[in-house]
Amino acid sequence: MDLNYSPGEVAFRDEVRTWIRESLPEDIRDKVLNYRELTKEDLLGWHRRLATKGWVAPFWPVEWGGTNWTVVQRYIFEEECETAGCPPIVAFGVRMCAPVLLRFGTPEQKQRFLPRIYDGDDFWVQGYSEPGAGSDLASLKTRAVRDGDHYVVTGQKIWTTLGHYGDWIFCLVRTDATREKRQEGISFLLIDMKSPGITVRPIVLMDQGHEVNEVFFDDVRVPAANLVHEEGKGWTVAKYLLGYERMGTGRIALSKRELVRVKTLAARTRVNGGTLLDDPRFRDRITRVEVELMALEITNLRFLDQLRRGDRPPGAEVSMLKIRGTEIQQAITEMMMQTAGPFAHPYRAVDATAAFDTFTASLTGRYMNLRKATIYAGSNEIQRNIIAKATLGL
Amino acid sequence: MDFEYSEEQRLLSETIRRFLATGYNFDARAKIVASPAGHSDDVWAALAEMGVLSVPFGSEHGGFGGTTIDMMVVMEALGEALVVEPYLATVGLGGQFIARAGTKAQQDAILPGLIQGKTKMAFAHTERGARYDLAHVTTRARAAGDGFTLDGEKCVVLHGGAADLLVVSARTDGGDTDARGITLFLVPRNARGLTVTQARGVDAHRVAEVRLSGVTVGRDAVIGAEGQGLPVIEGVVDYATVLVCAEAVGAIKYAHDATLDYLKTRRQFGVPIGTFQALQHRMVDILISYEQARSIATLACVKIDSGDDVERRRIVSAAKIKIADAARHVSQEAVQLHGGMGMTEELKISHTFRRLTMIAQMFGDADHHLARFAASK
Ligand SMILES: Cc1cc2nc3c(=O)[nH]c(=O)nc-3n(C[C@H](O)[C@H](O)[C@H](O)COP(=O)(O)OP(=O)(O)OC[C@H]3O[C@@H](n4cnc5c(N)ncnc54)[C@H](O)[C@@H]3O)c2cc1C
Repeated sequence: MDLNYSPGEVAFRDEVRTWIRESLPEDIRDKVLNYRELTKEDLLGWHRRLATKGWVAPFWPVEWGGTNWTVVQRYIFEEECETAGCPPIVAFGVRMCAPVLLRFGTPEQKQRFLPRIYDGDDFWVQGYSEPGAGSDLASLKTRAVRDGDHYVVTGQKIWTTLGHYGDWIFCLVRTDATREKRQEGISFLLIDMKSPGITVRPIVLMDQGHEVNEVFFDDVRVPAANLVHEEGKGWTVAKYLLGYERMGTGRIALSKRELVRVKTLAARTRVNGGTLLDDPRFRDRITRVEVELMALEITNLRFLDQLRRGDRPPGAEVSMLKIRGTEIQQAITEMMMQTAGPFAHPYRAVDATAAFDTFTASLTGRYMNLRKATIYAGSNEIQRNIIAKATLGL
Repeated sequence: MDFEYSEEQRLLSETIRRFLATGYNFDARAKIVASPAGHSDDVWAALAEMGVLSVPFGSEHGGFGGTTIDMMVVMEALGEALVVEPYLATVGLGGQFIARAGTKAQQDAILPGLIQGKTKMAFAHTERGARYDLAHVTTRARAAGDGFTLDGEKCVVLHGGAADLLVVSARTDGGDTDARGITLFLVPRNARGLTVTQARGVDAHRVAEVRLSGVTVGRDAVIGAEGQGLPVIEGVVDYATVLVCAEAVGAIKYAHDATLDYLKTRRQFGVPIGTFQALQHRMVDILISYEQARSIATLACVKIDSGDDVERRRIVSAAKIKIADAARHVSQEAVQLHGGMGMTEELKISHTFRRLTMIAQMFGDADHHLARFAASK
């Protein structure tokens, strides 16, 4: 066993670091590090730079643009990106839709969609959840009725992240309402969001940001060629995808960066003649999160290594990473807000002329926003149910 | 021992609640929050009409002469409805300085109008870098003519924009964090040299930055003894701390009720989600947090009226520790158990989350009060 990077891995890290330093626009980095909202163009701009370099989808097969990196290299890459303040690669195309197409898509579907995902030509979003189908996803009701070469889709999706940026949406739809086993009547459809009959409505979250939406489908005609895998086999596809989705939700590298940020903020905050970082209560709290994160980093690498050896899609173990990873993210945002103490109170300027500390306000905004992390991508309660059943056999 | 509210207290509670149920439902509140002023004069007039503004003040000024338990009754109701009017700023902070340390002339001039809803107040004290240190005052008051000239900057002044009268702390003597040398001044909102800029708080309460540049006041503007302001400030801030603890009990109660209701009505997997044992236990813990919060707030409300200074500090800190923990625990769990819906602006639960989050951090967070509790005695 050896937990150190090899000389080759160190060289790789330096290469990535240098490239990012030269390629990441300063204004974008500033936005990321100061928690300001990224526009669609910000996200796609960075995506395209990576695509040009050949690094946007490292884990895809090489013939589609993958890099053939080892698990450790991928991890190094991710860590360098987060540390430097790169925008996230929006997961819905590269990390979700693409693995599904690679595994279940027809040659035509691959040819049509994968290069556009790679180049950032299409912005993909995820249409799984419905008002009545959250944790119980299999109870979804959005209907797709076959009509010649088309499906006609009617229903509603909710919580669609960045749906207002979306060019395409992959959806779980019900193609057969008569099956006794609900999962068997579900299919996986790719839908062009410019199709007539689609309406996107914003949902404002408690931090007052707009990132999720309701998407309504009113007799939307979708070519049958956009069905992925067989009709009625959508659940298999969905489950395959969820493993990939959850793998990304631990955000360990991000938490490492943010932990450093908490320390910086605490070291700048004066209390009782010293700094908040010297305050034993606060310091112990940071330390506990830090050591939890150290352990999780290794847990993550161990699981990734097992995954590589087994050459299989991620299983129940990613649920552990999701649970601990999101708990750590939340603990960090909570401490960050606490560094602001009473100054966390002002949130939005009322007078246009007011000198207003938007950075401090963004700390509270993030604390509120990150409450989502234990809810989305399968709530942490559902993750625990999965582990209890699949891993422990309870 | 008797833990029941008196008949009079029950009546007070019912009167306020009846009003809030119609005049301050979720939609009405949303309109008030979005209005230019961020609070409602009509609601303020109604609170005056019901006698709610009079509760802690003496009968000689038209007050009700109530105890802090009477105030708990009020604060709980305001907390449940998430009222954003400047009640705490006026009755719990500004007015308290006048009632406790003001001259008879000041009391006669201010309190009747305050009680009638004509005068709103705020306490301009906290400065950048002060965090929770009440002795950190760099704003200067220099003797000039027969009065003083004030210069400095105050921030996170609760409802500073709505106030007609501000109580401003300033140094007449001593270094930036000395206990001695702080003096309290009464400054009208429209005084020359005073500028106020407002922000909407995380919890939709308004907070202000107050800049004093060459503001002149007369000797009659001094509240209490010159240079002796800190003990008065500590007493009033402790009182206000207990009031927000009581307010939190109301907000926690709402979060408890709304979450319990959601567990019974939201169905997934063909059953109400409240049938899942994993969630039942979480709901039980919310209930325990609520009961514990109510107990410690009650204890603090009783003791703050009877205890000496040392006991007062201990009990107030004890209350704030428990309340901060309960506020955090219950607000987080309530959102979590509501799933995605808990994250939206559309439900009152997220607004309750925001208020509880701020209460946890107001007048000292749990860490601050842990240290103060440990140091007392
Ligand atoms: C910010 C955000 C972004 C999102 N983005 C997307 C997206 O892009 N696309 C998409 O399709 N969806 C998205 N979602 C939806 C997300 O996947 C759902 O919110 C999630 O699955 C929970 O469903 P729900 O909100 O309906 O809560 P519910 O399922 O109603 O759950 C309510 C509570 O009950 C608990 N619960 C439910 N069942 C059980 C059980 N059996 N045992 C124990 N506890 C249980 C839950 O954990 C939760 O605490 C997003 C959600 C959020 C908040």
